[in-house]
Amino acid sequence: MSDCIRLEHVHKSYGSFAVQDISLGIKEGYITGLIGPNGAGKTTLIQMIMGMVRPDRGDIQLFGGQNKEQESAVKERIGYVSDENIYYEQLTVKQMKKVIAPFYSRWDEDTYVKYQELFRLSPGKKIKDLSKGMKIKFSLAIALSHGADLLIMDEPTSGLDPVFRRELLDLLTEHIQDEKKSILFSTHNTTDLDRIADYIVFVNDGRVVFSEMKEALAEKYLLVKGGKELLDRDTRRLFVGIRESAHGFEGLMGNRAEGERYFKDTAICETPTLEEIMYFSVKGSDLRV
Amino acid sequence: MNILISSTSGEPIYAQIVTQVRQLILQGELGAGTPLPSIRQLAKELQISVITTKRAYEELEREGLINSIVGKGSFVSGADQEFIKEQRLRILEMKLKEVSEESRQLGLSYAELAEMLKLIYEEEQE
Repeated sequence: MSDCIRLEHVHKSYGSFAVQDISLGIKEGYITGLIGPNGAGKTTLIQMIMGMVRPDRGDIQLFGGQNKEQESAVKERIGYVSDENIYYEQLTVKQMKKVIAPFYSRWDEDTYVKYQELFRLSPGKKIKDLSKGMKIKFSLAIALSHGADLLIMDEPTSGLDPVFRRELLDLLTEHIQDEKKSILFSTHNTTDLDRIADYIVFVNDGRVVFSEMKEALAEKYLLVKGGKELLDRDTRRLFVGIRESAHGFEGLMGNRAEGERYFKDTAICETPTLEEIMYFSVKGSDLRV
Repeated sequence: MNILISSTSGEPIYAQIVTQVRQLILQGELGAGTPLPSIRQLAKELQISVITTKRAYEELEREGLINSIVGKGSFVSGADQEFIKEQRLRILEMKLKEVSEESRQLGLSYAELAEMLKLIYEEEQE
């Protein structure tokens, strides 16, 4: 199985914030979710992959080649969707599409028209008059209409209503039917898109916490809920993060087998959701700083 | 082929697929040679990840219930009747185990349980 994106020891520093030593592979033919809290470095990573920001150090390869060479040929193969408006505000949807389409040799007008109708985009409306959700839909229609091999989406669901978020799942799973196309999306809302994600990359504070198959996470992590008398200095060390309340504690453990050995009979042991993994990991790392 | 995924049951999604497809095969609803949807097709229909679906198919293959042919897809295997009967008996055994545990917890004696089963069994026959 090959990687469509490879990052090797990538660094980028912005004064107080830095993305540090990121090495990653994004698998071809699958959906990868990039998760992490606000300010974790998700957008910086995506901007570096897109070539909008140059890393200070390290190497980024797309489709097995260097990013710098044949940049436009590489870009043609990427469909980019962002929650930020990247279009000319004063133009109408139709005018904007006319500006963009010629850049892509594989532009498919029929596909675009199909999505324009599906998303109920009015061609005569100015970009600045579109709602946030409509702007994302427009950007998605463009991204899906030029035969992209890789869809990169930065927080695509943030401005979308729950109904369309579900429909988006269908569009994305349809996109990867041919086993060659890949999707990378970032989100801090782990509950919707993670349903269909095959791989999860979790970044926090500029570092990769893990990059794993989603199926494997359930076997690695354990959520323990129990009485506070179970916590002492030794058992505390086993946890990634703990939340204590007046009536007990909840904690995330990174070694499921060990956790079950300790707490199976004395506490509630559950499989954590992605959101819980994210919450406790962030909480745990804050305490150690 | 009906497959219903519950997101609140706590049972892993791949296991839910395995259980349901296994049941459909053992009950004879999916006969030998019936093609199953492709992994990606099923993942799309159920709105779940490709790898989850793949894992379910691999499990079913290990149990000998389906065969996967590269480039052609997955099919219900032509396992012989004996094998399928064996599998069904195994499931029955598991259910009986559950019943006997529950009876013990309720303080039911074996004779009482047997009597109950006899009534139900005869009732069904009529």
